[in-house]
Amino acid sequence: VAGMFLRLLSDIQWRAAHPKWRRMTSSQRSTSTTAEPHPVSLPAQAQVVICGGGITGTSVAYHLSKMGWKDVVLLEQGRLAAGTTRFCAGIVSTARPVSIELKMAHYSNKLYQQLEQETGVQTGYMKTGSISLAQTQDRLISLKRIASSLNVMGIPCEIISPKEVLQLHPLINIHDLVGAMYMPEDALVSSANVSLALATAASRNGVQIHERTSVSHVTIQKGRVTGVETDRGRIQCEYFINCAGQWAYELGHSGEEPVHIPLHACEHFYLLTHPLQEPLSSSLPTVVDPDGRIYIRSWQGGILSGGFEKNPKPLFTEGRNQLEIQNLQEDWDHFGPLLSALLRRMPGLEALQIMQLVNCPESFTPDMRCIMGESPTARGYFVLAGMNSAGISYGGGAGKYLAEWIVNGYPSENVWPLDLKRFGTLQSSRTFLRHRVMEVMPLMYDLKVPRWDFQTGRQLRTSPLYDRLDAQGARWMEKHGFERVKYFVPPGNDLLDLDHSKTFYKPDWFDIVGSEVKCCKEAVCVIDMSSFTKFEISSTGDQALESLQYLFSNDLDVPVGHVVHTGMLNEKGGYENDCSIARLSKRSFFMISPTDQQVHCWAWLKNHLPDDSNLVLEDVTWKYTALNLIGPRAVDVLSELSYAPMTAEHFPSLFCKEMSVGYANGIRVMSITHTGEPGFVLYIPIEYALHVYNEVMNMGQKYGIRNAGYYALRSLRIEKFFAFWGQDLDAFTTPMECGREFQVKLDKGMEFLGQEALLEQKQNGVYKRFTMFILEDHDTDMDLWPWWGEPIFRNGRYVGKTTSSAYSYTLERHVCLGFVHHFDEKTGEELVVTTDFINQGEYEIEIAGQRFQAKAKLYPFSSLFTQRRRKDEVELSGYQRE
Amino acid sequence: FYLTPPQVNSILKANEYSFKVPEFDGKNVSSVLGFDSNQLPANAPIEDRRSAATCLQTRGMLLGVFDGHAGCACAQAVSERLFYYIAVSLLPHETLLEIENAVESGRALLPILQWHKHPNDYFSKEASKLYFNSLRTYWQELIDLNSGETTDVREALINAFKRLDNDISLEAQVGDPNSFLNYLVLRVAFSGATACVAHVDGVDLHIANTGDSRAMLGVQEEDGSWSAVNLSYDHNAQNEREVERVKMEHPKSEEKSLVKQDRLLGLLMPFRAFGDVKFKWSIELQKRVVESGPDQLNDNEYTKFIPPNYHTPPYLTAEPEVIHHKLRPQDKFLVLATDGLWETMHRQDVARIVGEYLTGVHHQQPIAVGGYKVTLGQMHGLLTERRARISSVFEDQNAATHLIRHAVGNNEFGTVDHERLSKMLSLPEELARMYRDDITITVVQFNSHVIGAYQNEE
Repeated sequence: VAGMFLRLLSDIQWRAAHPKWRRMTSSQRSTSTTAEPHPVSLPAQAQVVICGGGITGTSVAYHLSKMGWKDVVLLEQGRLAAGTTRFCAGIVSTARPVSIELKMAHYSNKLYQQLEQETGVQTGYMKTGSISLAQTQDRLISLKRIASSLNVMGIPCEIISPKEVLQLHPLINIHDLVGAMYMPEDALVSSANVSLALATAASRNGVQIHERTSVSHVTIQKGRVTGVETDRGRIQCEYFINCAGQWAYELGHSGEEPVHIPLHACEHFYLLTHPLQEPLSSSLPTVVDPDGRIYIRSWQGGILSGGFEKNPKPLFTEGRNQLEIQNLQEDWDHFGPLLSALLRRMPGLEALQIMQLVNCPESFTPDMRCIMGESPTARGYFVLAGMNSAGISYGGGAGKYLAEWIVNGYPSENVWPLDLKRFGTLQSSRTFLRHRVMEVMPLMYDLKVPRWDFQTGRQLRTSPLYDRLDAQGARWMEKHGFERVKYFVPPGNDLLDLDHSKTFYKPDWFDIVGSEVKCCKEAVCVIDMSSFTKFEISSTGDQALESLQYLFSNDLDVPVGHVVHTGMLNEKGGYENDCSIARLSKRSFFMISPTDQQVHCWAWLKNHLPDDSNLVLEDVTWKYTALNLIGPRAVDVLSELSYAPMTAEHFPSLFCKEMSVGYANGIRVMSITHTGEPGFVLYIPIEYALHVYNEVMNMGQKYGIRNAGYYALRSLRIEKFFAFWGQDLDAFTTPMECGREFQVKLDKGMEFLGQEALLEQKQNGVYKRFTMFILEDHDTDMDLWPWWGEPIFRNGRYVGKTTSSAYSYTLERHVCLGFVHHFDEKTGEELVVTTDFINQGEYEIEIAGQRFQAKAKLYPFSSLFTQRRRKDEVELSGYQRE
Repeated sequence: FYLTPPQVNSILKANEYSFKVPEFDGKNVSSVLGFDSNQLPANAPIEDRRSAATCLQTRGMLLGVFDGHAGCACAQAVSERLFYYIAVSLLPHETLLEIENAVESGRALLPILQWHKHPNDYFSKEASKLYFNSLRTYWQELIDLNSGETTDVREALINAFKRLDNDISLEAQVGDPNSFLNYLVLRVAFSGATACVAHVDGVDLHIANTGDSRAMLGVQEEDGSWSAVNLSYDHNAQNEREVERVKMEHPKSEEKSLVKQDRLLGLLMPFRAFGDVKFKWSIELQKRVVESGPDQLNDNEYTKFIPPNYHTPPYLTAEPEVIHHKLRPQDKFLVLATDGLWETMHRQDVARIVGEYLTGVHHQQPIAVGGYKVTLGQMHGLLTERRARISSVFEDQNAATHLIRHAVGNNEFGTVDHERLSKMLSLPEELARMYRDDITITVVQFNSHVIGAYQNEE
């Protein structure tokens, strides 16, 4: 359940629509918030300039000033808390499926609770709790999954029966409910006042606040922010923070060098009523009915109810700027279905008198997660926007993480799921955004099952083989705009349509993927893996090697033609990227990274490589089509096509060579498959892609070749305990913690990024350990399938969460990968995790509240590696200890 | 007996036809966006006809509806022939000469009209030669007359109407050696038809009307609401001027017998019509033609019957009343319809229903709560009702169909009631005529931008 994030109108503020009142009080408010009244002139310079006086901007200012940064200026084009923040106020809800969002919301709740005491500004904080209703079993499962991850974080939460719902809220019609989730600590606030309180505290700490000041654009020189142009003059600054809410996109595009912030506004409606005959208690819990697409909370003795309809109305596509959000038109016809849902949920409200239908725009992002972080192109340009209608729930925590990011260089938690760099320019087309947010907004309340995919904004980036594969039954998913094959539906084999295939249980493609896996194990399969990010780094002298040796933990000074698996680590030894690097020549390297690393990795390299015109970094992703030939017969197919011996003696594992395949020359062949199975990846200049594919398929006939997709790949890599960056690995995970010490060459003779941290870990041990779990008493056909984020229990105590999972067709068991921590039983303090600690425990994995026994392993099953070459050269060398 | 919504739709949509004018036809931008047309029979076979065509040798578009009585023969003939007479009347002298020379030397003829026809709208092949010869005689006369003046549309329309009616009458008097054709021309002459024809050329809209079909302009007011402007006068007993005209044309002694029970000579509803030679010919002529005519005609009681008080024929004329209107940007559409529509719906409702249909439902007046006391339940009921109305709009892709749906299915609240619609459409043939008349509707949509541009030029 992604969506119980509302915002509530401040009880007083909402009358502010009346112009007379507004003019009269604006000066009062200025003094009460101690915001500098106009026209105090702007400072000529400041360390940080924040644009936007809504919940995000004031939260960033608050946290920066708390961390000791006082030279901060906050600019607001209208008045503080006047945008979405004023109109939409709300419910602070912690029920979030993504762990980082959950942590932000939890922190926000705690922050708001003490804010009134800290600042003296009334925030209207009221701990009412919330109830999320389930009309279907599937919905209940999704609630149970959230409950399960909330509980292990110590956030109170319980699954309750419909009867218990009635005890908590007498107005609810429970006849169509199968259950609900109750979160007693969820709260209501007056969001505008929370924002004002944060501004007040920030102001007391030295932050300068200027209302009625618009930023026209940000100046950037040599890739760094230098200042801000406003309608009241220029401010020089080192850091600029774009908290402009739904105007963030436009502001990002206003300068000469655009900063792409992919978000788009949709109209959002909620209803206000007069009080009930017997006014509704303000402490009644908030009700979220995602199956009815609505939320309901008590408001001034009446109710406030809105929702996320199926047919949202996007607006401001052309970017019509306006000073403050005007009261947009009420649209009752549009609200009709939500009103029906409301009266169905609370039939007793029929006679309740309407006060107003409020229309307040909300900004949404392409993947329903907010946007924070630094621009990949302009250093010092930070963003916090795109709250997907959860600005109040996230505001506090998001502001804290962003402040940490600015002050410390990185936040205290892994925020990659929210990082601006997960997007590139490709997501910033207005047409794309308009179409995508129309899918995203209803998704707030849609049932989100494993492996769901966006259906809008598709077929943007495709391989040249797209049509060929599609004609052969390919089913597609999308990553970073690139279409990738999930699996191939054999002819005559019909799968369920998208809506009906949604399940938390065994999916309908189970056997199809099974046969693709079998073919990978026994014959040979082709997977189009063109989406991978591909860079080339070359230099006239040794600059390339020297720079890479510093940026990567493995030793890259290998003979030409060798491929090295290595992490690109940060100072704390955490993975910024995990890649394979081939040494093409003495002075040039070919680097393969995950698809969604295209922007992040580029920015990281640009920021860390020396400014040297003799050192060239090029993104060649679009130049190559990648075909992964997996399986024992791959070697036969390739040697027949190239008339070159491909056996291990001539073409050992982890090797790279340019050769001809069919008529096409200059194909980069690498003996890796990203699965631990034998085989090769062919990097083919795109104009040869169709030719090589046809040749491979024709030649492969006699070896039983077939197409395969990413689901097969995933099953293969997980059963072999392969970690993938972005799923299992992140900036807070070091190679030591995931058994990849062998990819770290502490003694390679030169210093590298993260070395110190790793040395320390090597001496003192690690505090979490990547572990593989084999589910023991799990019935694949009958039980709920694991996904990711399931709590892991060791001897009945919570020790961590899974990061990915797959069914292993070879083991005929589910495999989950995840991190095990060691929390002190009394203090909860994190202790070193030893091999013994892992090995001497009884494990359980909890899926939606139900626990399954699991066997923990630190090394993969060697029996799974069907073909072994020279022992030390196998892809997985370091693992083979069992 | 109950019809499901898809069954209802298939009945309603059986005769629907839409034409979208290409934005630029190679010569000029058209002020007409296109038209929707449909008809719903009550008689079996239906006695209404409709036509639409683009003039190829002059500018402009012709659209018309024709309501037949005493059979469909006259309406059919008028629907096939009238537009040719109008087009020819509009042609400049040189073009007429060119056409005549082409016919003379057996060369291919310049096309005069491009028809926009529903597959069910047919032309009688057998009579085409006969009709062509009559038409040729007409243009030969026009060539001989050569006034040298440019043709006035009003005059052209009046001439065409009168000439065609005259030809219908003459063909019946002369007869034809082919017995099938002989019977046909007699049936055409002895049955009747009203005609309501629009000629649109840029901002110039001419309506020529004979009888009780009606042309109505849909105008959007500044506040977005819809109003109706009549562009024709009904020629029937309700029109005082028309009653006066008839009385003026006959001696005082006949005053009492001319109009009885709101009918001409107590028999005919429309006061002007094509055909109907029983109200035009002398008694002697009628008797001679009937007696020498084929047996079928002789056996027909109706044709033999002479109207009472029949002293000073003709009592009936096909001469149309022509109204000229300069189109303005607020004139959004024109409705041409036979009296079957106007009997069931007020023109103001027609304007609103078509206007709301054409501009899309989102232009439906939004609901605002304002200061009123409205409960959630009341609002819910209101929205549900509005949704039902919207869904009925979305069922139709044709404005004429949408109008027919309302004309037949409207309940007392002005919303389409499916049950009523189902009942009305499932009436047995013999009963249908008692509850409703044939309905034929053509809705012409104007291009306000083009009209606005024309206006600025002037």
